[in-house]
Amino acid sequence: MCGLDDLVLERGAAALVDGEQIALFRVGEREVLAVQQLDPYSGAQVISRGIVGSRAGAVTVASPMYKQVFDLRTGRCLDALGREPQDLRTWSVRVESDVVMVAADDLEAAAVPGTDGTDRTDGTDGCAGSAGSAGTVRAAAR
Amino acid sequence: MSPLPQQLVVVGGGMVAQRLVEALRARDEAGRWHVTVLAEEPRAPYDRVALTSYFSGRDPESLSLGSPDLWGDPCVTLVRGRSVIALDLAARTVRSDDGTVRGYDRLVLATGSRPTVPPIVGADLPGVFVYRTIDDVAALRGWVEERSAGLDRPVRGAVIGGGLLGLEAAGALQALGTRTTVVQVGSHLMSAQIDLGGGHVLRRLITRLGVDVRVDAATARIRANDRGQVGRLELADGERIDVDVVVLATGVTPRDELARAAGLAVGPRGGVVVDEACRTADPRVWAAGEVACIDGACLGLVAPGYAMAEVVVDRLLGGSAVFPGADTATKLKLSGVDVASFGDAFARTPGALELVHSDPAAGVYKKLVLSDDARTLLGGVLVGDASAYAGLRPMVGRPLAGDPSAHLLPAGSGAGAPGGDLPDDATVCSCNNVTAGTVRAAVTEHGCIDVAGVKACTRAGTSCGSCVPLVKRLVGDELLRAGVAVNAGLCEHVALSRAQLFDAVRVTGLRTFSEIMRRHGTAVAGRGCDICKPVVASILASLDDGHVLDDERAALQDTNDHVMANLQKDGSYSVVPRIPGGEVTPEGLLAIGQVALDYGLYTKITGGQRIDLFGARLEQLPEIWRRLVDAGFESGHAYGKSLRTVKSCVGSTWCRYGVQDAVALAVRLELRYRGLRSPHKLKLGVSGCARECAEARAKDVGVVATDRGWNLYVGGNGGFTPRHARLLAEDLDTESLVRTIDRFLMYYVRTADRLQRTAPWIDEVEGGLDGVRAVVLEDSLGIAADLDAAMARHVEVYEDEWKATLDDPVKLRRFASFVNAPSTADPSLAYVAERGQVRPATPTERADPAVLVAGTTLAVRS
Repeated sequence: MCGLDDLVLERGAAALVDGEQIALFRVGEREVLAVQQLDPYSGAQVISRGIVGSRAGAVTVASPMYKQVFDLRTGRCLDALGREPQDLRTWSVRVESDVVMVAADDLEAAAVPGTDGTDRTDGTDGCAGSAGSAGTVRAAAR
Repeated sequence: MSPLPQQLVVVGGGMVAQRLVEALRARDEAGRWHVTVLAEEPRAPYDRVALTSYFSGRDPESLSLGSPDLWGDPCVTLVRGRSVIALDLAARTVRSDDGTVRGYDRLVLATGSRPTVPPIVGADLPGVFVYRTIDDVAALRGWVEERSAGLDRPVRGAVIGGGLLGLEAAGALQALGTRTTVVQVGSHLMSAQIDLGGGHVLRRLITRLGVDVRVDAATARIRANDRGQVGRLELADGERIDVDVVVLATGVTPRDELARAAGLAVGPRGGVVVDEACRTADPRVWAAGEVACIDGACLGLVAPGYAMAEVVVDRLLGGSAVFPGADTATKLKLSGVDVASFGDAFARTPGALELVHSDPAAGVYKKLVLSDDARTLLGGVLVGDASAYAGLRPMVGRPLAGDPSAHLLPAGSGAGAPGGDLPDDATVCSCNNVTAGTVRAAVTEHGCIDVAGVKACTRAGTSCGSCVPLVKRLVGDELLRAGVAVNAGLCEHVALSRAQLFDAVRVTGLRTFSEIMRRHGTAVAGRGCDICKPVVASILASLDDGHVLDDERAALQDTNDHVMANLQKDGSYSVVPRIPGGEVTPEGLLAIGQVALDYGLYTKITGGQRIDLFGARLEQLPEIWRRLVDAGFESGHAYGKSLRTVKSCVGSTWCRYGVQDAVALAVRLELRYRGLRSPHKLKLGVSGCARECAEARAKDVGVVATDRGWNLYVGGNGGFTPRHARLLAEDLDTESLVRTIDRFLMYYVRTADRLQRTAPWIDEVEGGLDGVRAVVLEDSLGIAADLDAAMARHVEVYEDEWKATLDDPVKLRRFASFVNAPSTADPSLAYVAERGQVRPATPTERADPAVLVAGTTLAVRS
């Protein structure tokens, strides 16, 4: 995908893989997380330009468009700001010898984030009943 | 089908009429009544109680009451500038002075009072004024200014009447630079409200303001000078006082002439006689406010008038409300002299005890009137320090907790003033009849979390404002009780408010996000979030001189600041070069046009007199800015919480009417404050004359030229809650103006909350607009030199962010569209043509490739 040094700590960057746009976030010296670049609320490819932060322990990004907050590890929408919660697709990322790699399997098959969603932390706004995000991604990706 | 509404006619357009219409429209949901207000003055009802503030820099508009929407309501008709001259009870009509006859189903007389002109020879001379309306006050002001210009000594004035209104008038004259004498016929000042002991202390306080006081002094005659204007007062004891202006403040007379002529009963000292429902002998006619004679007396205060208006509305809608009795509590609104009187101030209740604390040296007199067992509060007088007023007044008729004398000790001595123990049915705000229980319920049931919310929800504290400290305490207590920490903190990472964090960072000198969060953040602060990160970025930008994209600081920036452009709905950006004062050369226009043409950008003129270029892709921003910078442009900071523009009219250089060079000042201000980071965006405006073509009063800082310099207005906002800017200072020369704006902006930058624009900031900052004026003009906090130095440093270290970015290859890496394909355009962008330019395609249009045009780069460049 790219070199680790191409990514700025605590900030996102977009990557283009086979026409698909992915948002990469370097959230630690050697830790990179990947979610869809498409913001489900605006339909624009902008998630990588959001601000990285934390909510009750979860690493998050706030969409730069309408400021919904997503968990970068699970893709789950933590604060839909009054809209219908829509989650982000996630990819697993490996960093080897300072090269950032996104799992090829995940690029083929749409991941379904949030199926392990029993670890919801108190204090986050509910996103219960979220549609399977694979469907969400396809529908929104036009 | 609903039946046709009944016609309600209100004669009189004062504060009581306003309250009546407001209450009716709030409660008459079915639209049973159409109300017509016939106002004699040429303006909508305004806050007569605050009339004196018109002198201290406010303008007539800021005296307006309630929501202006009220008068646009289809169920409300306001007729201005027409007096009613006849009332026909049998025909149920009123006739105006233009001959119009209006029928009514119900009539409310709210004609108020007129100032009583005492039968003194000379009371009709030019230069003798009354003090009742905006026009009275404007005429008085005009006269004093005119006399002042023609004299080489201070104007000498006298106020006849030493009551509440007379002292306010004296304060107003004094504020205009007049050497003033108050002539009081009685034994002491404000004799209707306070006792002799309080009167002695009050006299000392008034004298300390530079106002001379004569008591037991009757005016025998007013003599003219050789020009036929007012020239001298002759008192009954033979004393003569030379004067250039006289204000009569000897009381008011109810305007009951319509009712008298129509045959309705009037009281022994005037006023239309009404029953406890405010109804006259004619069941279709009510009277409310000063004109109503209720329980045998007319009440010249606004709170009982409001109560009567509410009673009438309730009755009109089928209710059975009765007038609850008058709350005659009063407070003098004169800067530097605190006087309050409430309840049985003269201890007329049989067996009443008086508890007095008097300290003439300190200028303080306090008296509580208690029941014969010394437990129940009956009333009181507070002179010199009325801080206990808001807490004591609601306790009238109730037992005081603890030792009553504790309430007489100086503020801050640790004595617990009542607040938390206030019963729910105690009235907190008597202007709007709001009880402590209502204020508490606003917090517990309606989810209000601050004083501003409670004020909006209950109207408590929105008229005279004297109860705001009490409301504040009640809200704080209630939030605490509800377990809601009164939390001004930004987010889960920072428990401080923006202002607190600003001070903390300024004092500790920390300059990186991680240091700041370690020191000032909460236990979970580490990473921050989209709330606290941009706040820290903004604070550091205000305090420090580094580039917004330097090192760690870059990660803190909101997306727009991060790429120094404005994100649009499709993920592309808009670009706004700075055009100071809206002044641009033809060459500049051509350069901008050529860039727009070459990159296929949609162009639009902004409201701030500059040009917005839309549809630029992330990776195009540096190339576009290279071209703009080479053509002499710099960042317009349209993306930042910072100075946007200084809008101007063309001013005296070209305009036939301009009196000052508005463009030159606008350019100077824009270049001075460009790049200044602030809690929210800042907009300025400069108009070259009073016609105000630049709409400067809609701006955070508005400057309007006068023949003698510049008037400075602050706190104007457009947006969701439009606000007109209010006058901060008049006739400043240019250097004083710039210094004052420097301090105003820096004070705002340091103390406002996150995303709080100047209008709400002024409402909430200590002392309101007067407080801001004291800080920036009189240096009341002793920080002016510090504010000046901070602004000087901002001006000194300013550099164009875009130019600096173009010179730095590391920063330029952030503009890659994709980390693995840095110059590939976002393939999802799609545009259609409209009126000769592009705009983003709608989802429907995207499905039909036939209507799409290329992206925003022309073929020649890609």
